[in-house]
Amino acid sequence: MADIVLDKVTKKYPDGALAVQEVNLEIADGEFIILVGPSGCGKSTTLNMLAGLEDITAGELRIGGERVNEKAPKDRDIAMVFQSYALYPHMTVRENMAFPLRLAKIDDKIVDAKVAEASKILDLGQHLDRKPSNLSGGQRQRVAMGRAIVRNPKAFLMDEPLSNLDAKLRVQMRTEVSRLQKNLGTTTVYVTHDQTEAMTLGDRVVVMRGGAVQQVGSPQYLYENPANLFVAGFIGSPAMNFIPATLENGELSTALGTFPLSDKVRRMAERGRRPVREVIMGLRPEHLEDASMVEGANSSRGATFTTQVDVLESMGSDKYAYFSISGKRASSAQLDELAADVGVSDLGAGQTVARISAASRAKEGSSLDVWVDLDKIQLFDPESGKALTYSD
Amino acid sequence: MAGIGGAETTGKKARWGLVNVVVVVYALFPVLWIVSLSFKSKKAISEGGFFPTEWTLDNYAAIFSTTEFIRPLFNSIGIAIIATLIAVVFGTMAAYAIARLDFPGKQLLVGVSLLIAMFPQVSLVSPLFNIERALGLFDTWPGLILPYITFSLPLAIYTLSAFFKEIPWELEKAAKMDGATPGQAFQKVIAPLAAPGVFTTAILVFIFCWNDFLFAISLTSTETSRTVPAALAFFTGSSQFEDPTGTTSAAAVVITIPIIIFVLFFQRRIVAGLTSGAVKG
Repeated sequence: MADIVLDKVTKKYPDGALAVQEVNLEIADGEFIILVGPSGCGKSTTLNMLAGLEDITAGELRIGGERVNEKAPKDRDIAMVFQSYALYPHMTVRENMAFPLRLAKIDDKIVDAKVAEASKILDLGQHLDRKPSNLSGGQRQRVAMGRAIVRNPKAFLMDEPLSNLDAKLRVQMRTEVSRLQKNLGTTTVYVTHDQTEAMTLGDRVVVMRGGAVQQVGSPQYLYENPANLFVAGFIGSPAMNFIPATLENGELSTALGTFPLSDKVRRMAERGRRPVREVIMGLRPEHLEDASMVEGANSSRGATFTTQVDVLESMGSDKYAYFSISGKRASSAQLDELAADVGVSDLGAGQTVARISAASRAKEGSSLDVWVDLDKIQLFDPESGKALTYSD
Repeated sequence: MAGIGGAETTGKKARWGLVNVVVVVYALFPVLWIVSLSFKSKKAISEGGFFPTEWTLDNYAAIFSTTEFIRPLFNSIGIAIIATLIAVVFGTMAAYAIARLDFPGKQLLVGVSLLIAMFPQVSLVSPLFNIERALGLFDTWPGLILPYITFSLPLAIYTLSAFFKEIPWELEKAAKMDGATPGQAFQKVIAPLAAPGVFTTAILVFIFCWNDFLFAISLTSTETSRTVPAALAFFTGSSQFEDPTGTTSAAAVVITIPIIIFVLFFQRRIVAGLTSGAVKG
């Protein structure tokens, strides 16, 4: 076990493409850290540099206080779990798990004991003599984990280990990975493009975009205090609603109506040096509610507008009400990038979602009074994408 | 008439079956004829019927009682095995490099090996004859092994690099992460997975060396290195005026047997989908 420090780590390919630029990150001993971002954001490259599978162009990587830039993967004492599991198909489960130990020329008895221990933890006992081709996806995934944990490495690197599993198994394995990491207490760097995995697993989440770190923090912190539009749009499901707005005389005028700024939001917005008029308003779906469901005490810090519900999805625990906003949509380079990653032409194209109480009587096609929690409004600069309401 | 889908499939199957039978008979009939000839007595050879009226093993006894056949058989086996071994080992290394690495001159290497494969061998016979005589390689085992390696390497490299490209690269990365040196990763992970490809290549190269007549007849002069295909041409009957058809047929049958054994033995190793289970769920 060890801490990992990335000091201005940069990766530049021979063709000039900059995959990762000056990533600074201090990962504490035993920490579970998630690298998250859309495809091509440099998260996997960063992981491969940690592993030693790719050279570091500039900067320094230290594991346990020791510079390892020039060390081969085998000398770094870290284990990796691959997205495709990369099990050795010609070996049994037992041989697969014992492989790193055999390479380290460890005594047969100790190898057997360690494999037995790992297979017990991962519940693979009855499969030890089977070949990977005879295992289910979940079992293969566990074998891959087993191969990583048998030799007590300084750190685990996981490259989207759950993305090949079906949805239900993924949720199950997610809990298992989390529990395993807690029990072993091994420093873990986990790469994913799935923000749900990032939110649920990590001690800290590193959001990356275009090879650069956007924000680092605990999942809750990132959710509540996104530093920019990209983080705000990436973290959270359903995604945050973005609505263009104009800031004037302490009031926000939007296509939904005019909202007064709460004291808290105003204080933060006014800290910005440059007085911004055109802004993007960000609203999490759960900060919108059916006005008839809001208790009296709360309704005072909110504002209400009326809209027509296009689609209503009942999730059981709550309902998602979708409604469209007239006028121009919120546009920003960061939002466009997010939209491209999700695969829609433009994100927040007037589609706004509210997460309302399951008890709400809202109906599709009929109008609904929506209550907005003014305290939770976030404001962003459309030019730079930076959050105006970000409390550092 | 193929009115409905089911009848159409049955009709299709029947047609394909018929085509298959025709092809197999067409390919195997000459072989069976040779087998039949080899069992015919001297009298029966000229009869012309497929089944011998008089069965005999004399032809086999004759070829195995003379060094005229046994020594070339020994040469054939030795030369083919050594050439195959060397070609496959070098071919494996070259193919791995071509499949996995980007090095300067890679395209050139691939191009040149393709060129060698397409080069008409017969135009090289005279130069080779002179070179080998000058170097003292003429009529020796290395004198045949060297050209065999040259001409089978392109084949080996092409076949093997196709196999290597099929192996998921992540396995090698995984081996490196598990603490393997590049050498160990190749030896313990990549090579076992490439085994079907290696065996396939070995069979192809072995058959090429085993069947070669051109180099064998041109670059040898005595029994010290003459291989069976060349030796067959030198077969004579017990007298100058006797036709050696029977013994030649028997020898032809005998030299087919190692090939059949070789293929049957390695066929079990050529299991498609050996890499299944390596990646994905």
